Amino acid sequence: MIVAHRKNIQDLKSILAAHKRILVLGCGGCVTVCLAGGEREVGMLSSALRIAFRLDASEHEVLEATIERQCENQFIEDILDQVQQADAVLSLACGAGVQSIAERYPEVPVYPGLDTKFIGILQEQGVWAEKCATCGKCVLGTYGAVCPVTRCSKSLLSGPCGGARDGKCEVSPELDCGWQLIYDRLKALGQLDRLLDPSPLTDWSLSHEGGCRKLVREDQKIKSL
Amino acid sequence: MTDYEPRILALCCHYCAYTAADLAGSMRLQYPPNVRVLRLPCTGKLDAAYLMRAFERGVDGIIVAGCLEGGCHFQEGNLRAKNRTALVRQVLAEAGLEPERLEMFNLSSAEGQTFANIVRTMTERVKALGPNPLRLSTCNFELSTEPEVRS
Repeated sequence: MIVAHRKNIQDLKSILAAHKRILVLGCGGCVTVCLAGGEREVGMLSSALRIAFRLDASEHEVLEATIERQCENQFIEDILDQVQQADAVLSLACGAGVQSIAERYPEVPVYPGLDTKFIGILQEQGVWAEKCATCGKCVLGTYGAVCPVTRCSKSLLSGPCGGARDGKCEVSPELDCGWQLIYDRLKALGQLDRLLDPSPLTDWSLSHEGGCRKLVREDQKIKSL
Repeated sequence: MTDYEPRILALCCHYCAYTAADLAGSMRLQYPPNVRVLRLPCTGKLDAAYLMRAFERGVDGIIVAGCLEGGCHFQEGNLRAKNRTALVRQVLAEAGLEPERLEMFNLSSAEGQTFANIVRTMTERVKALGPNPLRLSTCNFELSTEPEVRS
């Protein structure tokens, strides 16, 4: 899932100060699962913003809505009325959701209420960890399902650097060395020979370095007669 | 404000604090009449939104009262409430309202005296803090028990 975290309330208050009617818009997708931008968080943040504005004796109306997913036009259409009533939208979605709303409603200012952090997993209750950097060409099969692009701080694909100590990364003693994890995993699977083949040069143009990406699937397009 | 009497909401677990409040009454213990007791089946039922909305509507202080840690009838309801209370305190502080207006206490159903002490502690604390600045002249505690109407 995409993992995100709420921005500071006072910062949001400053950003929104110029708008009188604000729609706080939640998303029922990833940010609901990571407890950052679902219906509950919309309620909490809306209350907090109302309190913050009223403490300054400033008259703002904070409206609330949550849709299934902010990254799909089909669901965005459902909130046309609420968006039209608002002077601004505070989107509690990932960066994709915020931009979807802004593209669909170009006449209304849209602001992000969250900082989008990474694609990751719930490691334990209250702890989320990054697992994928969306590099565009998955190499997990070669590395025992441990991603060298995300788990190695230097994203090295051809072996470890010299900075690891006792299985920990030199970036932080809290951080496991990604290459230690890869080695241990492949050894346990009896697949260490996978590392004998030199990894080919990585085509980073498939990642964000190649510019804003787009995936087109002709088989999924709706063709008009 | 000389005639200021705080309005304090006590969200009490059925299995401990609510019974303790009952016991305090049976024991004829005196405690400030500023508290309004609301029973929850367990503090695990507490939603952070209850607390936020109550402050929005002008409550001066909130007591969350649950079982002793390890003694929850539903195993971990009070521990969940502890986290939620801590989260709301943090959000209130970020929004600019004193987090001291909200606190969670743990007690058993046999502690009538503890309940009375908690109410006294919170009443004195909230009196010193002054009224909730969000309290509107038109929104008193009795009125705010009616369903909220939102546009």
